[in-house]
Amino acid sequence: MSVQVVLPGVLADLAGGSKHLDVQPEGGTLADLLDALAAEHPRLTRRIRDETGTVRRFVNVYVDGEDVRYQDGLATTVRDGAEVQVLPSVAGG
Amino acid sequence: MTDLLAIGTRKGLWLARSEDDRRTWALDGPHLLAQEVAAVSIDLRRPAPRVLAGIQYGHWGPTVMWSDDLGDTWQETDHGAIRFPEDAGVALARVWQLRPDSADRPDVVWAGCEPHSLWRSTDGGLTFDLVRGLWDHPHRPTWEPGAGGGAVHTVLPDPSSNRVTVAMSTGGVYVSEDGGEKWEPRNRGISVVFGPDPLPEYGQCVHKVAVDASDPDRMYAQNHFGVFRTDDAGSSWSSIAEGLPADFGFPIVAAPRTPGTAWVVPLVADMQRVPPGGRFRVHRTRDAGATWTELGEGLPDAAWTAVMRDAFCADEGDPTGIYVGTRDGCVYASADEGDTFSLIAEHLPDVLTVRAAQLP
Repeated sequence: MSVQVVLPGVLADLAGGSKHLDVQPEGGTLADLLDALAAEHPRLTRRIRDETGTVRRFVNVYVDGEDVRYQDGLATTVRDGAEVQVLPSVAGG
Repeated sequence: MTDLLAIGTRKGLWLARSEDDRRTWALDGPHLLAQEVAAVSIDLRRPAPRVLAGIQYGHWGPTVMWSDDLGDTWQETDHGAIRFPEDAGVALARVWQLRPDSADRPDVVWAGCEPHSLWRSTDGGLTFDLVRGLWDHPHRPTWEPGAGGGAVHTVLPDPSSNRVTVAMSTGGVYVSEDGGEKWEPRNRGISVVFGPDPLPEYGQCVHKVAVDASDPDRMYAQNHFGVFRTDDAGSSWSSIAEGLPADFGFPIVAAPRTPGTAWVVPLVADMQRVPPGGRFRVHRTRDAGATWTELGEGLPDAAWTAVMRDAFCADEGDPTGIYVGTRDGCVYASADEGDTFSLIAEHLPDVLTVRAAQLP
């Protein structure tokens, strides 16, 4: 299966300059997708999740437009052909 | 010779250089813009000086970065220099302290982190291992976080032995005599104001500890109320606060080459973290805390600011230079042990840490 990951501009440098990545996860969950992403881009994936695997507090992940926090978190289903968008949340100072 | 001062702030790192024995300084930065730099060290034990920075990307989490070209380029370990092992069940929240060990242990670097944890690197800071002896200490579940978070914020490896001293908020002072395997609390005499027992075995909120130039057993502690000294490696502590206008504050710095000399920056209280009367002053002792002298030449009045625990340091120069950074983004430098200060940076973000080095 193939999933398109859409990154914010500030993370594109960690993915070779691209804001759009085609990722081939071995399973059909968000955790599987992030594992596949980590294998290719470990520094990028560290920005998205911590070492326990948890998505960072101020990072939002949307699967086909839906915030995974209001779905099944890391167990959220990611279908073949899905678009997974990563965005920084409203935070900072 | 170049004197270098690394200034870590809430929103980036600046490097100040002096080519004239610390009379004038040129500021270079920002480096790591928009990243919190709460810990920095300048490791001179390598062929090229290595600047290590404990950073917080804000949205994107904490890590350690390093530069071997004095800030021109920065690198980080792919999978993270500091990662809690899976069985710990927690994630790194913040790097509070980066401390190169002695010249005899040239690749060893220590890190103090949040949550309360101590880390040891044997590759110059590229990767760190959790010091299990402290992590598995039975007291750890009862070390509570202070307002800034629960962390090992001070790491003091003794260059002449296997002793390692750490300080934590809260938790207090713990010492290992075997390089980190076994740990014991050493807080006798250090008081607390936030619990029913004023002199508990551990649990103190020790803000900073510094080692005297003359004797590794003599240390100074700025506590959450109280300034203390030990002459027996922490087995007992005595108050040395008499003569200070207030006994609250965060940093304490000991002179690296002048025995008995140390500095503090008193603040009114935990509920009023400003200098007494708004007069920003450094206080110095020359006699290991028996007496204190107020130092203010070049420091401002009407400065309602404060100094974070690592935003004060000394250099290795002769006479000792001291550097103090404030929460309103100023850095004051003294090349004469505090007799006079000059403003070398202003309008920076909150200064979180300063570290000085003399480059060969």
